[in-house]
Amino acid sequence: MTTQDVPLWAALPAALLLIASGLFAFVGSLGLLRLPSFFARMHGPSMGTTMGTGCLLFASMLVSSSLAQRPVIHEFLITLFVVMSSPVTAMMLMRAAVYRDKARAEENQTEAPAPEHQPGQRPGHEPEPG
Amino acid sequence: MNAVLNYAVWFALLCFAMAMVFAAIRLLRGPAAQDRILALDTFYINGMLTLLTLGIRSSSQAYFDIALMIALFGFIGSVSLAKFLLRGEVIEP
Repeated sequence: MTTQDVPLWAALPAALLLIASGLFAFVGSLGLLRLPSFFARMHGPSMGTTMGTGCLLFASMLVSSSLAQRPVIHEFLITLFVVMSSPVTAMMLMRAAVYRDKARAEENQTEAPAPEHQPGQRPGHEPEPG
Repeated sequence: MNAVLNYAVWFALLCFAMAMVFAAIRLLRGPAAQDRILALDTFYINGMLTLLTLGIRSSSQAYFDIALMIALFGFIGSVSLAKFLLRGEVIEP
C-alpha cells in the first residue's frame, strides 16, 4: 500500500471525491437498469459518465500530485476525451433510436393495426431487433 | 489518517462493481439494440473508472494508459455500433 504516504490535505478531498464518483456511477447505472423507456434511460449513464469521471480524475490528480511533489495533470487528458466523446455517442444513439422507432411505426401502419408500441415496457412483447 | 483514503477506494470499487453488474443486466435484457449499445457504453466507462481507482490505490502509471486506451476504443466501438443502427453500414462509400 503506497497510499500511506499521502498527506492529509490531499487524502481527505480525494476520499470525498472518490465517494462522490462512486455514488454518481452507481446512481447512473441504476437509472439505466430501472427507468421505463429508452429515452429516459439515456439520462442516467450520461450523468454517471461525466460526473463520475470528472470527480475520479480530480481525485487521481490530487493523490499523484501530492505523491510526486509536483503538479501531475495528465489525467486531464481522459477527462477531456470523455467529456468530448460522451455527447457524440449519446447524440448518435438518440438519432438511431428515433429513426428505428419511426421505421417500426411505419411498418406497423402499413402491415396491420398493431397495438401501440411502448418501448421498454415488457421485453417479450416485441421481436428482438438484432 | 490514510485509512480514510483506503476505505474510500474500497467504497468506490464496490460502487463501480455494482454499476457494472447493472449495466450487464441491461446488456443481457435490453429490449432493443440501442439499449444494449447504451449498456455497453456504461459498462466500459465503469470498467475504466475501476482501473483508475486501482491506479490511485497502487499509484502505478500503467493503469492510466490502459484507461486511456479503453476510453478511446470504447468510444470508437459505441459510435460505430450507433452508426450501424442508423444507416445499416459503418463506413459509407
